[in-house]
Order: sequence, then C-alpha cells, then structure tokens
Amino acid sequence: MTLHFELVTPERLVLSEDVYMVVVPGTEGEFGVLEGHAPFMSTVKDGTLKVYDRDGAEPRAIHVEGGFAEVSESGLTVLAERAG
Amino acid sequence: MASLKELKLRIASVKSTQKITKAKQMVAAAKLRKAQAAAEAARPYAERLEGVVASLAGKVTGDSAPRLLAGTGKDNVHLLLVANGDKGLSGAFNANIVKAAVAKARALIAEGKTVKFYLVGRKGRAVIARTFPGKIVGQYDTTEVRTPGFTEAQAIAQDVSSRFFAGEFDVAHLFYSAFKSALAQEPTEQQIIPVAIPADAPASTGAAVEYEPDEEAILADLLPRNITIQVFKALLENQASEQGASMTAMDNATRNAGDLINRLTIEYNRSRQAAITTELVEIISGAEAL
Repeated sequence: MTLHFELVTPERLVLSEDVYMVVVPGTEGEFGVLEGHAPFMSTVKDGTLKVYDRDGAEPRAIHVEGGFAEVSESGLTVLAERAG
Repeated sequence: MASLKELKLRIASVKSTQKITKAKQMVAAAKLRKAQAAAEAARPYAERLEGVVASLAGKVTGDSAPRLLAGTGKDNVHLLLVANGDKGLSGAFNANIVKAAVAKARALIAEGKTVKFYLVGRKGRAVIARTFPGKIVGQYDTTEVRTPGFTEAQAIAQDVSSRFFAGEFDVAHLFYSAFKSALAQEPTEQQIIPVAIPADAPASTGAAVEYEPDEEAILADLLPRNITIQVFKALLENQASEQGASMTAMDNATRNAGDLINRLTIEYNRSRQAAITTELVEIISGAEAL
C-alpha cells in the first residue's frame, strides 16, 4: 500500500519516493491522496503539504508556493514554484 | 626585421594573452559542468508541465479558451524575445542567436508584418539597435545577476505577458541557444505566445479525470506558468551554451597563442644568431687586417 509521490520545482526534483498518504492544500480545500486515488487535477494554494510515510506516523510538513497537483495511475505529482 | 628587443616584448605579450585565455577556458569548463547540471535538473518540471498543458489544451477549445492559448486572432505584430549573454569571449555564441533573430525578423518584415524586439542580456543590443532602429520595445538587464534564474524568468515572463494583454503584439517568439554538447550549440526559435501545442501531444488516456476547479481555471493558472518555465529553460540552456562556446573558443585561442609563441621564438633565435655571427665576422676581419 504505497503511493508514489513526486515533488518537483523548476530548479530540481525535490522528492521522489513511496509514501502512505499525502495531504495537499488544494485551492478548493485540502485533500488527502492514498494509493489508488482516481485521476485528479487541482491547483494548489500556498500552504503546507503533509507527507505521511506510514499509517499513523507523524506527518512531515513541506511548504509549497504556486503549486499544481496531478494524480494519475503512476501516483501523485506536485509541481510547485517554490518548495521547502 | 624586428629588433631583438621588439621580438622579446612581443613574445612576452602573447604569453600573457595565452595565460588569460587559458584561465578563461578552465573557468568555463568548471562553470559548464554546473550550468549543465542545472539545465538537466530543470527538465522534469518543464516536461511534466508541458504534458499537463498539452492534455488540457486538447479539452479546452472554442471561445472559452484563454487568450494565451487561443491568441488574439491576428498575427500582424510579432515580438521577438532574444535571450543573449552579458559577456563576450565566448566565440560566436551571441552572434549566432542574434543572426537567427535578425533572419526571422527580415522574413517577417518581407511578409508585411510588424516586428518588435524584447532583449534579455547585454550582448546583441547594439547590433539589433543598428539593424532595426526603433524596434526595441523593451529589455531586461541581467548584468547585475550572477546566474539568471527562476526569479528573473518570472519577471521577464510577467513583463511580456502584460504587454500581450495590453495588445502590444499578437505572437511572441523566443530565441536562445540550445545546448547540444560543449562543441555544438544550436540557435533555436520557439513560439511562446500563443502557446504552441506539440503535434504529438498525448491524447487523453480515456480515464475520467476530475478537475478542481475546472479545466479552464486550471489552464488559465498554468499557461502563464508555462511561459515562465519556457523562458527559464531558455536562460538555463543559454548559460550552458555560453560556457560551452566559451570553452571551445578559448581552447582555440590558447592553441593559436602557443603556435604564435613558437614562431616568434624561432625568429628571435635566428636574429640573435645572425647578430652574433655578424659580430664575430667583424672581430675576425679586424684581427686579420692587423
């Protein structure tokens, strides 16, 4: 049960790893992405991504600005102008 | 024939030039590695964004399409966005970009279109101002910045987009030098407004994708970002190309200086020998006369 998660900024590929869940601050509300999520695209507002490595684990927080999220069969990709 | 002293000075001067070109070559080699890595690191973002924009653009058509995608419906006024370096000593790097832009401008003018220039970087400004006086509508100065990055690309893209929305032009082309290898850099032209959708754009996968907010809103948010990223990519490619061109040019210059030093040294030795021989002949004939 892992979700492939990639965080990309114009300067580099920040993260590319398998995680349990990611909570994304979408423009129309936060949403969590688990493995097997339906294909989905959303703009992301400036805020904090929460990355859960395992079920019940403490989330890691990553600040993103100017973002866009895409969920496809291959996992979740977040494009952000600034991250970290 | 030049005197011994003159030759000696000449050799010293060529030697110091060679030192400069050698140093510049090594600096360029080190910078090239960094610039190349930066250009490669930026690729994933550009690729993914391009893919998303292409797949969305196929879905949003007609009147609802944003102007950055649909264009103004005319193509009378063309803006040529020419990205150059700030420094010389890099062979034909700047000249090649300018040449490509000038050729495009001539072709457009021959078709009866109006051409405007927007320049990035210090080089090439003089040539374009001379060839097309009064056509430069704006420029972005990068002399103060060590390595132009995303912030600069954002500023350029914003300036250009606001000019587009103000109706200053209909189509924008971007000129930069694509980095192939340290030996080969290719001046490249790319249309950035309206956004050119690659012909081989991936067709929708068939899976029902949900959009939040909706397709138009996402596209309207992504298109300006896509322009920024294209400019950013051009700046990075330019930096790598500039260093590559500089390295090759300085390598050639160093070798030429070496050849010149060899030739001058031979000439110097010959003249020295000739001078000694003359002196000896004078002494011997003097002694014989006694």
